[in-house]
Amino acid sequence: MSDALTQIPVTVLTGYLGAGKTTLLNRILSENHGKRYAVIVNEFGEIGIDNELIVESDEEIYEMNNGCVCCTVRGDLIRVVEGLMRRPGRFDAIVVETTGLADPVPVAQTFFMDDDVRSKTKLDAVVTLVDAKHLPLRLKDSREAEDQIAFADVVVLNKTDLVTPEELAKVEATIRAINPAAKIHRTTRAGVALSEVLDRGAFDLSRALENDPHFLEAHDDHDHHDHDHHDHDGHDHHDHDGHDHHHHAHPSDIHDVTVQSVSLRGGEMDPKKFFPWIEKITQMEGPNILRLKGIIALKGDDERYVIQGVHMIIEGDHQRAWKDGEKHESRLVFIGRELDGERLKKSFDACQAA
Amino acid sequence: MPTVAPLDLEGHCIAAVFLGDVPHFAMADGAVHRLDHGHKTVQANDGLLAAFHDPANDRLITGGEDGKVFAVKAGSEATELASSARKWITSVAAGPQGAIAYATGKTAFVRFADGKTREFTHPRSVEGLAFSPKGMRFGVARYNGATLHFPAAEGKPVELEWAGAHTGITFSPDGAFLVTTMQENALHGWKLADGKHMRMTGYPGKVKSLSWSVKGKWLASSGAPAAIVWPFSGKDGPMGKAPLELGTRGNAMVTAVACHPSQDVVAVGYDDGMVMAVRFADAKEVLLRRPGKGAITSMMWDKEERRVAFGSAAGDCGVIDITA
Repeated sequence: MSDALTQIPVTVLTGYLGAGKTTLLNRILSENHGKRYAVIVNEFGEIGIDNELIVESDEEIYEMNNGCVCCTVRGDLIRVVEGLMRRPGRFDAIVVETTGLADPVPVAQTFFMDDDVRSKTKLDAVVTLVDAKHLPLRLKDSREAEDQIAFADVVVLNKTDLVTPEELAKVEATIRAINPAAKIHRTTRAGVALSEVLDRGAFDLSRALENDPHFLEAHDDHDHHDHDHHDHDGHDHHDHDGHDHHHHAHPSDIHDVTVQSVSLRGGEMDPKKFFPWIEKITQMEGPNILRLKGIIALKGDDERYVIQGVHMIIEGDHQRAWKDGEKHESRLVFIGRELDGERLKKSFDACQAA
Repeated sequence: MPTVAPLDLEGHCIAAVFLGDVPHFAMADGAVHRLDHGHKTVQANDGLLAAFHDPANDRLITGGEDGKVFAVKAGSEATELASSARKWITSVAAGPQGAIAYATGKTAFVRFADGKTREFTHPRSVEGLAFSPKGMRFGVARYNGATLHFPAAEGKPVELEWAGAHTGITFSPDGAFLVTTMQENALHGWKLADGKHMRMTGYPGKVKSLSWSVKGKWLASSGAPAAIVWPFSGKDGPMGKAPLELGTRGNAMVTAVACHPSQDVVAVGYDDGMVMAVRFADAKEVLLRRPGKGAITSMMWDKEERRVAFGSAAGDCGVIDITA
């Protein structure tokens, strides 16, 4: 079919008011990176750049009429994306900026649940800006601030110049407690390299985990530091500096954090047990699961299987062949609320191949 | 044997219509092309998002990314009817006495023939607009139902509720029924006399094209591998009745439907660009156009019932002459 065009990548930019979204957006629109972006914003607000491809759109959350409470989409995005995609060739990628209080889930689910949107675009990454100074306050008074971090693929920890090194370490530890799988960049004035936030392929099963060689490595596992961790610009904290020792299988003991993550590790899985299990978990626990990501070693399979999910939506695919000498290990992280870590661990372990 | 006069254009065709007896093709870039002793073009919106054929005034109403509403008449320039700063016009409709309606965000506007405008703000986005064929009444498709307004009079609107997102809307030609397309793969209908619900489900895809047959006896729809045609001649519409499935193909989806002006025949356009005409009575099919470059997005019969104008998502448009 003729509309089998390449899918346009979509970056979702979330973050509380004042965290630096507009600054980052202005950089995306003005820096000379050779790409053209269509930007969907809630209000033109302070974007000082006149660009016909900035579209104002009212956030409009639609519950799908299928009895699933977590199946929500952004109706306005369906309309705007459809309109934009009727004139492709004007832009290379789309950025969706949400309001400070926005729930990122409906935005992300739009790109999985609507057939028209899904056929023409693909979610690239959810990027969350965090104000280093005000995060503790935000976490006290809103669930959204926490959800935005929990849901992020990339966290831009901004305004680091306004806090002491101790405060910064604490804020970063809090972010890690909420979301151990996100990549964190420390910045001032949202000064992150645009290549670190755009075109990440975080939802692209074949790319996501290649971009993140340290995915779900136990943070307290000191003999596990790869030597090939290149491109270290000092902003890219993958916890290999070892200041962060949480036990993610337990709810966080950090004040005001209600999101928890459960990181599971195991050997090779029996596909006959694993798939029904993950299916059942996402059906039953879907409303509590914000994100899940994993690399699964399946018994008798010479390729790595990667899996990711948003609430009840789950996608999986073979990624690549296991390398020679690579340990056939399964790693899976759930980020959500009211997760029973012990039960998840037990039932996950029960899926291991004999 | 039908013959096709092709018109290869760039981009996505929003509407293929006849104005007078001249075929017009409104494209997503805002250019309106016509085949009128050669290929001619006028420019409407900078980014055309929605178009509605106004048969009473023989014109095409368009709305777009530039926040403007235009009227295009056969052989003339586009006339600007309204403008709303910087916001997309996502839906347009034409009604009786030269009135038009257009929507941006949560607001629907009605512009009367004398240029006066009334504004109707809703709690949620206005997704679709349609005028009732009788009286000055128009309907808005919205989240969780539809709202009926009476723009020529004061008074409260009528709210019709049904859970889910309603994206498009149409009145039956006798004004007895209101039908909406939904975000999920379904149509919903109301019998306006008593508010009775009609659920029309079972589509594998979203329904994007609807067309009433002559006198509103049937409602044809896209969204399946066949044109799904619901009977509306009974007093309760299609309730308890099965629809016709016409022009079924195993490997293609119907993307556009256009009922014949006087006979029980529907032109069916598919996602591969094929067009067929199918008779209701015996489901007999006639191939009108072989597959092309893109999905059929819009079709219309001319008044002489001889030609079908069609547009596609890939720009390969044209006119089919069924008598040639």
